Parts: sequence; C-alpha cells; structure tokens
Amino acid sequence: MPDVAIEAKELTKRFGDFIAVDHISFSVNGGEIFGFLGANGSGKSTTIRMLCGLLQSSGGSATVAGFDINSQADSVKENIGYMSQKFSLYDDLTVTENIRFWGGIYGLSDEMIAKRQAWAIGIAGLEGREKSLPRELPGGFKQRLALACAMLHSPKVVFLDEPTGGVDPIMRRRFWDLIRQLAEEGTTVFVTTHYLDEAEYCNRIMLIHAGRMIAVGTPEQLKKEYIRTPVLEVETERIIEAMALLDEDDRVEETSVFGTFLHVSIAERYNAEKVIREVLGAHNISPSRIEPIVPSLEDVFIHLIDRQEAEQKR
Amino acid sequence: MRTLLHMLRKEFLQLRRDPRIVQLILIGPIAQLLLFGYAINMDVNTVPVVVCDMDHSIESHDLIARFSNSGYFPIVGYVDKLSDVDPYIDRSKASLALIIPENFGRDIKRNASVPLPVIVDGSESNSASVGLNYAGAIIAGYSQNILVQNFSRRGFGGLHPIQVIPEVRVWYNPELKSRNFLVPGILGTLLLQATVLLTALAIVKEKESGTMEQLIVTPIKPYQIIIGKLAPFFIIGAIDIVLAIAGTTIVLGIPVRGSIWLLGGLSLLFIMTTLGLGLFVSTVSQTQQQAMMTTIFFLIMPMNFLSGFIFPIENMPKIIQYVTYLLPLRYFFEIIRDVFLRGVGFDVLWPQALALFIFGVCILTLASLRFRKKLA
Repeated sequence: MPDVAIEAKELTKRFGDFIAVDHISFSVNGGEIFGFLGANGSGKSTTIRMLCGLLQSSGGSATVAGFDINSQADSVKENIGYMSQKFSLYDDLTVTENIRFWGGIYGLSDEMIAKRQAWAIGIAGLEGREKSLPRELPGGFKQRLALACAMLHSPKVVFLDEPTGGVDPIMRRRFWDLIRQLAEEGTTVFVTTHYLDEAEYCNRIMLIHAGRMIAVGTPEQLKKEYIRTPVLEVETERIIEAMALLDEDDRVEETSVFGTFLHVSIAERYNAEKVIREVLGAHNISPSRIEPIVPSLEDVFIHLIDRQEAEQKR
Repeated sequence: MRTLLHMLRKEFLQLRRDPRIVQLILIGPIAQLLLFGYAINMDVNTVPVVVCDMDHSIESHDLIARFSNSGYFPIVGYVDKLSDVDPYIDRSKASLALIIPENFGRDIKRNASVPLPVIVDGSESNSASVGLNYAGAIIAGYSQNILVQNFSRRGFGGLHPIQVIPEVRVWYNPELKSRNFLVPGILGTLLLQATVLLTALAIVKEKESGTMEQLIVTPIKPYQIIIGKLAPFFIIGAIDIVLAIAGTTIVLGIPVRGSIWLLGGLSLLFIMTTLGLGLFVSTVSQTQQQAMMTTIFFLIMPMNFLSGFIFPIENMPKIIQYVTYLLPLRYFFEIIRDVFLRGVGFDVLWPQALALFIFGVCILTLASLRFRKKLA
C-alpha cells in the first residue's frame, strides 16, 4: 500500500462552458477515512466519478492506489470498490447470487468467492437470509450488502458516494462502525456525505463549493482554524428581525439561522453577550436565552461558504 | 472468459426469474398467429349491394339476377327512388348501389346504348375497387349477351363475336389469399418486436437501477457486457422462430415450399440486426419508457408499414422506396415470402441475405461503439 492512496493535482472537469470541478488538488493517505463534503451540485459526485473512471477528466491528473486514472484505468478498477447511494444490487437475484456475481465479475476464483461470501454475509449481518431477494431486506441491510459486494475483491481504496442517504439514524451509525472497521483493516475510505454529523467520524474532511476546494483538514483543525471568535446561540421569537439588526452592527462578524435559533459571532475584543443585548434592546427585543456554544462543523462550513461567496462578489 | 460466463449466468438467472418471460416468449407468437391467421383478412369476398330499379322491366330483372347469382353481391335492399339509396351507403349497409334508370329495357330493345349508374362507397378504397371490378365484369357479360341476342334476332344466328379469352394461372398462391402472405410475415414482426424491445429494455433497466454504473467500475470489459446482454435475447428470438414457423405450418396449414433450414438460418441473420437495433436504442434512451417509445414509434411502426408487409413497396413514392432499402425488415419479408410461397433457395435470396448481413454488422458496430463511448 503506498502511503498516498489518492492524489489529485489540479483535477478539472468541464461540461461545455460549465466548470463542475475547478482545479482541485488533494491527497488521501492509506487507511484514512476521508470525508468529502459539499452541497448538491458542488462537484462532489463529479470528482468521485472521475476518480473511479466513470468520467473522463478534462484537465489535471490524479492517481488512485498508485495508478493514473486516465492512462491506467483498468488497474484502477481492479483496486477500487465503489458504492453509490442507489445501493446497486440486482433486485431479482438472491443475496448469495448477488455476491457470487459481483465476485465473479471481479475475477475471483470459486474458492475465493466462497470465502468472501461468508465474509460478506457476516459483514451485512444476513446469516440465515442468504436466499432472500434484496428488495425484501430493510434499507440498512441492503446498504451493508452493497458495501460488502463492492469490497469482495479486497480493494485498497473504496469510494462511497452518499452511502447513507435514506437510511435511519441507527442504521447509519452501524454503517459508520463498519466503515471504521474497514479503515482499521487498512482500506482507504473516500466518502461523500452531506450529513455534517457524519463528517465528524472522518479522519480528515475536505469541503468543496461550486467546484472549488474551500478547506481541508481534521474536523478539530477546521473548527480551530476558521472559527476564532466565540459563537453564541440566541433564542428569540423575532429571529429574522434580530438577525437584520445584528448584521448592521460593526462589532458583529457573522450571523446565521440554526433551526429556530440564531448563531452570532462577535469580534473577540467585545463582551459578546453585552453587545447582543444592547443591539436588540434598542429595538425592544429581549432574547430569552443567550449562551456560548462549541462551534460545530456546520458553523465552520457556513462561515467558509459565506466568506467565499463574499470574495467572489468582490 | 470467466467474467463473460459469470455475466451470462446472471442474465439467464434474471431471465428465468422475470415473470414476463413466458408471456413474452409464448403469448406474442400465439396472439399474432391467431390475429393474422383468423381475424385479419384483406381479401374482399362480398360486396353488399342496394338496388334502385326504376324500370321494372324484364331486362332490369335479368341484370339484377346476374348480380345476385354471382355470389359476390348479396342484395341488401331494393328501393324505388334515387334518394332512398343514400341511407344505405351512409350507414355502410351497402358498399355499392346499382341504379337502373327508367326506360332501361325499352332503350335496349331500340338498340340504343344505355348508361348504367353504379355508385361505390370509396371510403374503403380497397373494397371499392375490388367491387367495381366484379361489377364491371358482370355488366360486361350482360352487355355481350345482349349483343349476341341482337345478332341472332337479326338473322346472324351462327355468328359469334370474336373474343380473346385470358387463361390466367396464378403461381405460388393460387387462391390469391392475403392470409398466405400475412401469416408467414408474422415471423418478421414478431422477431422485430420481441428482440429490439426486450434488448433495449434489459440494458436501460440496468442504467435506471444503477447497476450499469456499478458494472462499469469493475474490470469487466464493455464487449463482455454487450455479449452478456444480447445472448439471452438471441435465444428467445430463436425460440420464437421455431414457434412461429411451427404455428404457421402445423396449426394454420400454410406450408413452407422452400427449405425450413434456409428460413431458420436467415431468420437468425435477421435477429442479428434487431439485436443491434435494440442495443442502439439503449444508447439513446435514459429510461425504459423512452426506450419503449423510441422502439415503437421510430422502429416498429415505420418498419411494419414500409417494409412491404401490409402495403406494397411498388405503390410508394420513389423517395420512400429508396428509404425502404435501409430497413432490414424489408429484406426479411422478401426472404419469408420467397421461401414460404415461392420455394426458392439461397441462389435467389443471397442479395437479401447479404443486405441483412451488412446491415447487422454496421448496426452492431455502431451501437457497440456508442455503448462504449457512453460508458467512458
């Protein structure tokens, strides 16, 4: 296993005039869980599809498991597993038939398929349901079976494109336990998600927005690096009004709505709570609660995306 | 090679489990055999007639008797006024009206030429023209009879007008039954429908469900996917060939005059072209619905209409006739007709076979290239 499992240099994808992925560079270490975050249409899936050889890149280069994605696509395919949010299993083949088929397509010998079949059934927790059809299985099992099928050939790198979409929270948690187990066994996991709580499970995360890379690092690094000012959570009934008032004040750096609360960051040299009460008090708004919070990744991303959009306007 | 075997095994497993499969393999041929064997008939056997006799003479009765005795013209009504004819034609009770004017008999006796109005419902042009032909023949016979009687009345009893009498022999289909051509033609329409549509659907289904994408990230080669997807439908097509030929010959009693093996072999050649078309449709469709629409409206309908199955190609405008050279079904219908009815061999049919072969190679190559390009 090379130390670097995935390396992208200035990787770019254009669709006509539209630049879906704009010169992004990053590297993923062997055995790492690398989270790839971004909104729908930010270029996440396009990137993952280029790395898997599903799409031709229009510029830059990348290697996966040490092989070039454009010139050594066949070697790349032998060394990766891929699973998309659609859980691509054949609904009209039984659990074992699916496993045997995918194992066979990956070129495993019959003995090897038998061995990996036992492993896959175990991973998916489907002992005793070998003869079921996937459509009869609950979503969480299907999803783990799909992952197992994508890993029958013990790939060095596995790409998961929004693997937990539409799965209930308990199953999502169990799925992430499985991902961590695979990473501990040495597999590099490249995973896209838009659940920010899931991003906290990753060793490192990267954020892309409108095709550009915005930030990369461990979750802790990102929180420390980008949120230097304290964040306060404000509870009030006149939330939109309060946000507009705070935005006008020079001492306030950023505001954002989180559910029914307002997150406000104030420049460090001021007493944050005092500033908020002062600004809102002048307009007869008295917040029912103001308290400092530990910033989440969500705060980080909103901050970063706001900052980038502001830069682009300038 | 092992990869291909795994792919094939999977395809057959899926096929076996597909609840539509029996329906598709069996119902198709049986339904079409019944439809074309018993229900559809383009032969005109009877033409209902309404008679408006304004003369009521011996001559008029003689003419009417000739019509009703011919067997082709059941007389559905007698009217006295011209205006009473309309309802019969309007309501499709009669397709032909025979109008015998007043003084018809008197004028004949006076040796005057007599106009005889015949009204035909032209809205069904095929029946109309056949009816007119029959009617024309009866009236001509009647007219000749008058001539002969005239001669003998004037003392030229031994004299007969000179006649040229055609002795027509119909080859290949002596009874001129359209059924004898339509039923063998099923082989063509059936294979077209079954193979193009099923192939396209099977491939697009994998696109829709995401398994195609999953396949592409594995080391499987595009040609292995293509062979794996086409092989089952080749076999279904072969089964349908056997069923259609057996149904036509054994059940409906239309014999194959030529070699059954030649027919079977050339049918397989035809399947090659339809599988290629199916693969091509799959590369231009994103959903099964699109694939279905494309197949039905752009392939099946135009081919059925333009390949000479229902409408003769010679009757089409020149430019459309050239277009028909691009339709594989056109060649296949010629093959079917020639082997079934004419009993000719490969020495006559090799140009059609060659055309099918060229078309098959071209469409398969084109579709495979498009398929690979779509994957990349």
